[in-house]
Amino acid sequence: MTTVALLLITGLGLGALYFLIAAGLSLIWGLMRVLNFAHGAFFTVAAYGGWTAARLLPGASPELRWALAVVVAIVVGGAFAALTEVLLIRPLYARHVGQVLVTVGLALATISLVQGGFGSDPQTFVPPVWMTNTTSILGAGIPNTRLVVIVFAAIVLALLLFFLQRTRFGLIVRAGVENRDMVQALGIDVQRAFTLVFTIGGMAAGLAGILAATYYGTVDPLRGTSMLIFAFIVVIIGGLGSVTGSAVAAVVVGVLQQFLNFYAAAGVGDFSVVLLLAVVLLVRPGGFSGSST
Amino acid sequence: MNAAPLLEVRDLNVYLGESHVLQGVSFDVRQGGITGLLGRNGVGKTTTLRGILGLVTRTGRVALGGEETTGLAVHEIVRRGVAYVPEDRDVFAGLTVEENLRLAERPGSALRYDLVYELFPELRQRAAQKAGTLSGGQQQMVALARALLNGDNRILLVDEPTKGLAPLVVRHVVEALQRAAEVATILLVEQNLSVAHKLVRDVVVLDQGRVSFTGDVDQLMGDPELARRHLGLAAAGSH
Repeated sequence: MTTVALLLITGLGLGALYFLIAAGLSLIWGLMRVLNFAHGAFFTVAAYGGWTAARLLPGASPELRWALAVVVAIVVGGAFAALTEVLLIRPLYARHVGQVLVTVGLALATISLVQGGFGSDPQTFVPPVWMTNTTSILGAGIPNTRLVVIVFAAIVLALLLFFLQRTRFGLIVRAGVENRDMVQALGIDVQRAFTLVFTIGGMAAGLAGILAATYYGTVDPLRGTSMLIFAFIVVIIGGLGSVTGSAVAAVVVGVLQQFLNFYAAAGVGDFSVVLLLAVVLLVRPGGFSGSST
Repeated sequence: MNAAPLLEVRDLNVYLGESHVLQGVSFDVRQGGITGLLGRNGVGKTTTLRGILGLVTRTGRVALGGEETTGLAVHEIVRRGVAYVPEDRDVFAGLTVEENLRLAERPGSALRYDLVYELFPELRQRAAQKAGTLSGGQQQMVALARALLNGDNRILLVDEPTKGLAPLVVRHVVEALQRAAEVATILLVEQNLSVAHKLVRDVVVLDQGRVSFTGDVDQLMGDPELARRHLGLAAAGSH
């Protein structure tokens, strides 16, 4: 029971990170039909931004430095995403090959720049001491970092659902996911919604970047890319354009990965996620949310 | 047609892929009433409406109330007082009826909820229902309601509003369009010629991407030879 609880909560923590990346990806695809391979770059740059900010205040308390890192990561992720949308994506709407090339190119260039500036090796990120302690749940000592990540992801999910369900911009985004042309034909400047969604996605990816640094204890120039692969799987399994679908799929993928990597063999969990993707595509092509697109 | 037209379309050309769908379409829509845009299937009627709105890439000139709109983005054209009811209604299936209507609200525009609920009282009862679960007729009501909602809409581009609807619902839609024509000018694409004859005053007939006839509806429908030539054999006796 202890092992199951540990694996379950660790899997939830991993799923929470996937969700934070996938939510933005899913909305960006749903509204704009942009397959954003640069999303991992938002994650990476934000993580290094937060890590750098925390190092600027060596005398401050660990809690303050961590909080600063979180805020800076969110701001950097959002700003990087907004600039990417305005400068690179906007001129390429409806040119899907161009979008893929530019986002892949941006991702590769960003990783190289980060490696050039900070080195290829992971850098230690020290969260506050209480986060490195454990909390006993069902007899299992759960690292508090896992709980922190889960709590943040739950807050982001609640905020995103509030935004989508209760605000006019959210209404525009939900409608735009269904039929972008008709939204414009109602006199709505859908371009502003594009920039907003890209920025929100970048902020969530930035938060994921610094929370992943908290979770693993390091910032790593390649982590964004490796997590992006699983985030894409989560987006497809959850249903393109569905935040709730992404949340459910992220939990399924994270927990499945942890359990199979532990009970079967290392790597089996990762493989099983790809298998799950294939099964979902065959049985329910629209993903959990049932979207046909 | 002495007064300045509300809508001027000049030399409108649209390519969809390799196909030259509109080949220099030019016509005027005068202020008030309903102008019919008629023609056989596939002659470019829907594309003309989408071209006016900027939903397809086009060349030529479109002016609303004397102001050229050709270079504007779709939402900017709409905000100048153009509303669109597409052929397939295009209601947002995942949104409720109330959300579909709220989405159509424009800041600064006087909203005509009274008119909308007078014409379609059913929509008030179904406000919380997902639009995707409505019947075709009810979805058409939502689509028309969105177009009518803003008081500053000067022209409604309405594409085949009776398509696929039961006769009883067609009658309701016809009544709604007659009432709508009291508050805005309508450019109506309609394949049902008896409906078109009942509603429209002026007609523009398209054939193979070009305007083949413009004039009075009675002039067209009252001359079997003219109707046959422009609308096909079935049209001559359709009314």
